[in-house]
Amino acid sequence: MTHDHAHQAPWQDDKARPMVRLNGLGKRFGETVAVDGVNLDIYPGELFSILGGSGSGKTTLLRMLAGFEQPTAGSIEIDGVDMTLVPPYERPVNMMFQSYALFPHMTVEQNAGYGLRKDRVPAAEIRERVATILDKVKMGRLAKRKPSALSGGERQRVALARALVKQPKLLLLDEPLAALDKKLRQHTQFELMNLQDELGVTFIVVTHDQEEAMTLSTRIAVMNDGRLEQVGTPGEVYEYPVNRFVANFVGNVNLLEARVLEVDGGMLWLDCPDLGGRLATPAGEAPAPNADDTRWIALRPEKILISKEAPAGDNRMALRGIVHDLGYFGNLSVYRVELPTGRILQVSAQNRVRTARKTVEWDDEVFLSWDIGSAIVLED
Amino acid sequence: MAQGKRKDSNRADGRRQWLRAALTLPYFWLLLFFLAPFAIILKISVADPVVALPPFTPLIDWAAQGWERIHVTLDNFLFLFQDRYYAVIYLNSIKLAAISTLLCLLLGYPMAYFIARQPARWRNLLLLGIILPFWISFLLRVYAWIGLLNTHGVINTTLLWLGLIDQPVQLIYNDFAVYLGIVYSYLPFMILPLYANLEKLDLDLQDAAADLGARRWQVFVDVTLPLSMPGVIAGSLLVFIPAIGEFIIPALLGGSDTLMIGRALWDEFFINRDWPVASAVSVVLLLILVVPMMWFQKIQGGREEGVL
Repeated sequence: MTHDHAHQAPWQDDKARPMVRLNGLGKRFGETVAVDGVNLDIYPGELFSILGGSGSGKTTLLRMLAGFEQPTAGSIEIDGVDMTLVPPYERPVNMMFQSYALFPHMTVEQNAGYGLRKDRVPAAEIRERVATILDKVKMGRLAKRKPSALSGGERQRVALARALVKQPKLLLLDEPLAALDKKLRQHTQFELMNLQDELGVTFIVVTHDQEEAMTLSTRIAVMNDGRLEQVGTPGEVYEYPVNRFVANFVGNVNLLEARVLEVDGGMLWLDCPDLGGRLATPAGEAPAPNADDTRWIALRPEKILISKEAPAGDNRMALRGIVHDLGYFGNLSVYRVELPTGRILQVSAQNRVRTARKTVEWDDEVFLSWDIGSAIVLED
Repeated sequence: MAQGKRKDSNRADGRRQWLRAALTLPYFWLLLFFLAPFAIILKISVADPVVALPPFTPLIDWAAQGWERIHVTLDNFLFLFQDRYYAVIYLNSIKLAAISTLLCLLLGYPMAYFIARQPARWRNLLLLGIILPFWISFLLRVYAWIGLLNTHGVINTTLLWLGLIDQPVQLIYNDFAVYLGIVYSYLPFMILPLYANLEKLDLDLQDAAADLGARRWQVFVDVTLPLSMPGVIAGSLLVFIPAIGEFIIPALLGGSDTLMIGRALWDEFFINRDWPVASAVSVVLLLILVVPMMWFQKIQGGREEGVL
């Protein structure tokens, strides 16, 4: 894998000191293992996402970081200090809840100042800091309101202000955008990123929404069944998934079972019954598989070119198929193309040319082709 | 489209009328069985006692002429204020009811909180345990306490047998027994509304407070208690109101010096046969109870407007 970075990222720097270090962290509830041996370093200033479905253990992981749940194995270090058994009220960590958890009997101002009052900060300073943070999230105007008199977006801002006012080393966000409607979500997403950039606080976001994780994050940890499947930048996780789960969970993908035929001069040859023939991909850095091993080929829909004429160019795999289904989304179209083997491949294409007529129609015979480097070979 | 809408609104109108009828019925029920008896009591309280049947003067004297025809007197109420005995029984009843309410709250809050925090399948079982005593007659349960608290009752016998005491302890026919009886009998009325309130409490709020630096007792004082106030008030009223007029418990478990309104009422009605004074006692008791009720209503109304 080759990635060019203008600056070296902290997770690539051996000397960088992590803000959070999870060491074999585990949590069992009776017989159920919610979190299983998680090792993870998160660096200062990161906007780190933990991505997973329901029951993946992501929320339990977050609750252990906040101190609401005690780990049954391993340790949590925050800024170099062991916090494994420290109660929530003594951690330099604050959390924004999915439900926002605003105190309904307190005004916006009282909500935002609650943490400072518990720390016995002088009243004058509380007033000043609350006013500053409420202005920062554009809620200064509504400081005297009760939460029930606020819209969903406004509540989200108050919850954010309340968690940030204590200047925590670490801000935990549980599904921060889940309760907002789509338009507001996109807008808030960028505001969240700007705020994080401005304050320099390390953010850990838990989300089930892969798009949200992709846009927000410096790095993503994909979680499944209590384990971390993969940790990497959004690009790494999307373009170089390590297994079928990650490939499937992050973005759309065509997964094809294949049998290894041979490794020959940096090229891996596989037999793929679904495609009805042989397939070649660069062998890559992974240890070379043996002949007859089973591998999975992941092919992203947008990496496949759909055309009515036979494609030209070297290093391309090409197949023929019939358009089975098509969906028009304005900016792009999604096709489901049936191969002669009966297998259906999902293909997406940008609608570059402005035309109301479709260039590819239902039941058209089309060519599918992709650069041989686009196919991802997965071990599992 | 428009027709469909009209049909819908017709249906909604029909439903509303049905609802109004359904709500009017209990309203008339209350009118008939609460307000009518109260009107009769109010009428008797402004009459003079006579040795006759019924033992009070009629409101409208058909035989008399002019002003005398409507016979109203406030003597009975004045009598209540002049005789210190009544001030003492009112204050004593209020004190007894207030202390019992407080004891019920102190016992009931942790119990309600504990039940509300159990897994759903345990909650119903525990609630059943709370309402189980209702399946036995109230009178029988109070009688059972006599058997327990008597000089030769279960508790004294056991303590004597264990050698913890040399002679029986006076557990019954005093204020202690009355408090015990009232707290025992009314505890469910405190627990049930508190439970209904605490069960709805959003646990994220407690976590949020802890996350922002509140210790466990601070979480309780800042978040749990203020948000459960409607349950505290409802439970307290459900205990306080019946406790203040309680008759059976002080009559069976109290001593001769346990002065309570319920007993005074009984004495006036059945021993002195002074129905007008007895009625005046009831009317004043009702006033004492209506005032805190209205105060509660006002708070509740304010809460709803103030967005809770």
